[in-house]
Amino acid sequence: MKQAAVALIAGLLFGAGLAFSGMGDPARVQAFLDLFGHWDPTLAFVMGGAMIPMALAWLVQKRLARPFACESFDLPGTSLLDRQLVAGAVLFGAGWGIGGLCPGPAVADLAIAPASAGIFVAAMLAGMGLHRITTR
Amino acid sequence: MPLQGLFGGLLIGLSAAIMLLGLGRIAGVSGLTARATGIADSGAPRGLAIAFVLGLPLGALAVSVVTGGVETQFPASALQLAVAGLLVGFGTRLGSGCTSGHGVCGMSRLSRRSIAATAIFMGSGFATVAAMRLGGWL
Repeated sequence: MKQAAVALIAGLLFGAGLAFSGMGDPARVQAFLDLFGHWDPTLAFVMGGAMIPMALAWLVQKRLARPFACESFDLPGTSLLDRQLVAGAVLFGAGWGIGGLCPGPAVADLAIAPASAGIFVAAMLAGMGLHRITTR
Repeated sequence: MPLQGLFGGLLIGLSAAIMLLGLGRIAGVSGLTARATGIADSGAPRGLAIAFVLGLPLGALAVSVVTGGVETQFPASALQLAVAGLLVGFGTRLGSGCTSGHGVCGMSRLSRRSIAATAIFMGSGFATVAAMRLGGWL
C-alpha cells in the first residue's frame, strides 16, 4: 500500500512534468527531431533538467543499503550491448519520429487528447504484445 | 519555452529520483506500462506499476486544469498514429526501454547500455523525420 502510494506520487509528478514542459505535444517533440525544419530545442532542456535530480539521486543511491520504502534495489545492468538493444532502439526511434510520441507522453495524453492518444496507446500495447508473442 | 521545459524536466527527474531512492527501481514508462497491463510477467510489483501509470494522465490533467489547458497537436492520420504506436511498443520492449528508462535514468547513471540506446533511438528519430521531410510528409 505504501509502495503504491509512493509510485502514484511519482507518476503524478512525471505526468505533470511532461505536460508542463510541453512534451505532451507530439508536434513539439517532432519539431525537436526535425533538424532540417523549424527546430525546437525544448526536449533537450527537458532531458537536461530531468538528469539534474536524477544524477544526484544516483550519488545518494550508492550510499544507501536499501531504498526508503522497500527491501532492496532492483536495477538493470549497464554494460550489455546486444543486437536486441540496437534493433529495438532503431525501431523505437522510427516510431517516435513518425508519431512524435514516446510511451510517457502518450499515456499522459490519455487525459488531454483521449481519442488520438488512445489510438497510439492501443497500437503501442499491441506492439508490446507482439514482442511478447514473437520472443517466447 | 526552454525555461518551462527545464522546470518540467526537473519534475520528471524528481519523480525518477523518488522511484529510485524510495522503491529501488528505474522510472521506465515502457517497462512499467508493460507490467501494469500484464504484458510483462516480471519486473516491478504489479500494484506499484499500475499506480505509477495511472499517475501519468492524472498529473497531466492536473497541469491542464491549473494552467487552463495543455496544447497538443497530434498527427491527423489514425494510420500514422497506429504505425508509430506499433513501432514504439515493439521497439521499446525489444530494446528494454524508452526515453525515460534509457534516456533520463540510464544516461544520468552513465550506463554504457543506456547511452548507446539513447544515441541510437535519437539518431533513428532524426533520420526518420528527415526522411519524412524529404518524402514530403511534413
